[in-house]
Amino acid sequence: MSKSRNNTMRRRPGFRPDIWLQRHLQVALASLGRLTNAPLGTLMTTAVIGIALALPIGLHVLLNNLQNVSGGWESGASISLFLKQEISDKQATALSKKLRLHQRIESIQVISKASAMAEFRRLSGFGDALEALDSNPLPALLVILPKSKYSTPETAQLLVRELGLLPEADIVQLDLQWVRRLQAITEIAQRAVLVLATLLGLAVLLIIGNTIRLEIQNRHAEIEITKLIGATNGFIRRPFLYTGLWYGLFGGIIAWLLVAISILLISGPVAQLAMLYQSAFDLSSLDITTTLLLLTGSAGLGLLGSWIAVGRHLSAIEPS
Amino acid sequence: MIHFDNVSKRYPGGHTGLAGVSFRIEPGEMVFLTGHSGAGKSTLLKLIGLLERSSGGQVHVNDRNLTRLKNSQIPYHRREVGMIFQDHRLLNDRTVFDNVALPLVVSGMGYKEISRRVHAALDKVGLLNKEKAAPITLSGGEQQRVGIARAVVSKPPLVLADEPTGNLDPKLSQEIMELFGWFNQVGVTLLIATHDLDLISRMDKRILTLSNGQLVQDTGETQ
Ligand SMILES: Nc1ncnc2c1ncn2[C@@H]1O[C@H](COP(=O)(O)OP(=O)(O)OP(=O)(O)O)[C@@H](O)[C@H]1O
Ligand SMILES: [Mg+2]
Repeated sequence: MSKSRNNTMRRRPGFRPDIWLQRHLQVALASLGRLTNAPLGTLMTTAVIGIALALPIGLHVLLNNLQNVSGGWESGASISLFLKQEISDKQATALSKKLRLHQRIESIQVISKASAMAEFRRLSGFGDALEALDSNPLPALLVILPKSKYSTPETAQLLVRELGLLPEADIVQLDLQWVRRLQAITEIAQRAVLVLATLLGLAVLLIIGNTIRLEIQNRHAEIEITKLIGATNGFIRRPFLYTGLWYGLFGGIIAWLLVAISILLISGPVAQLAMLYQSAFDLSSLDITTTLLLLTGSAGLGLLGSWIAVGRHLSAIEPS
Repeated sequence: MIHFDNVSKRYPGGHTGLAGVSFRIEPGEMVFLTGHSGAGKSTLLKLIGLLERSSGGQVHVNDRNLTRLKNSQIPYHRREVGMIFQDHRLLNDRTVFDNVALPLVVSGMGYKEISRRVHAALDKVGLLNKEKAAPITLSGGEQQRVGIARAVVSKPPLVLADEPTGNLDPKLSQEIMELFGWFNQVGVTLLIATHDLDLISRMDKRILTLSNGQLVQDTGETQ
């Protein structure tokens, strides 16, 4: 034992963060280089991932837009307050002045008995018959726009109830039933998109897992040799994890592009449609939050998919 | 450096690789391992590099009891044992430089130090001018020297070689052996399995002879 300096165990080199970072950067770039070396295969795999991700993301964006639209309609919803028959136009104007101070009311339009009659005459064509009446049978009407803060179906309903208690009030109308229905439908659609996203996310996981599995098979000899000269499992795992990460990230970018292009393509017709409805509706595209969520999510899926594949297939390779 | 105590190895299916082998190799020795085909030479080397685990007895390498070493510790053990193979086992899609650098990369060394050490190792085996070549463009003897450079680049105290001259002509074989002799002179312990009795008789080193998994002859430690 005294014969050689080689007797003592050499300890592992200490952890050096700079070298660690340098290694990771190098491995990340090397895996990237490997992917660009086979551009066609890489493109096909990432395209499949991109399409799978674009579907739920695209639907999500459409739903968001739909909610914006129905939100706009909601805030435009008005309350019709029909006053009692015996309330005169003067009294109606006085009431409107009083109500204008109400904190939940944005604006009030007074439709007097006279103008209601004029309108009715114009629209119905019963002009002559109405001449025969000695008094105006139509009530005055206040068209009330709630402030946008109070224009959700729930809060607007409160205002309706309050207005109904006024002594001058006859009938108060708020037709928000269809807004409610639309809300229920979009909620169901949102759930459906969530289910779809989960299923397609699973598909992406499988695609990446399988791609990494093939990659491990292709590099069987290399893995064996690297283990032979003392590589840890972590060292061998790393390039495959980065490959998965890149696949996921590029898939996410392709999905983003697909959705952005699709929105661009349909925004023209949508604008025309909006014009027909005299609405200044603008189709919104992917916002920053959604974009970041998509990219980190897809990269995370890639990492997870390769992690699973690597865990299952790498340990089976031992040098002999 | 290496201590086998009544070591046996049975392969699944009942094949016997080694049966009750005991010997001791001191640090700084250069030892040849010989025997007929199937005698157990490769098996013995694999037990030292933990490519296989023994089925009985105790294997100590570098004062480390391999029988009790956890799987997670195997990589760190292998970094202290340079291994050379008859079929070289080089990565054919990497350059000579990258192949030789691999043990250093694996152990987390910085690039500057790697470059310095790889060049020193390549210089030693006479392949400094081939550092950018792909291994397949090299001759058999050159490829084997790349394998040797890779095995010694991290300066392991122990180097194992399994038929390193198996495919080489006598002149090239002699050159490889001289290289081993040089490493031995700077303190590396070497254990070399070979069929080439002619070659080892000229080297005047200790010889272990295996037959059917048993150690049948040991010429003893040379001074
Ligand atoms: N993986 C294995 N599975 C089963 N049996 C094996 C395995 N490896 C080796 N053996 C058996 O163990 C015995 C010793 O084999 P080993 O490879 O150690 O011999 P060797 O001396 O290296 O032979 P050679 O000179 O031909 O390389 C042989 O009988 C062989 O058939
Ligand atoms: Mg053999």
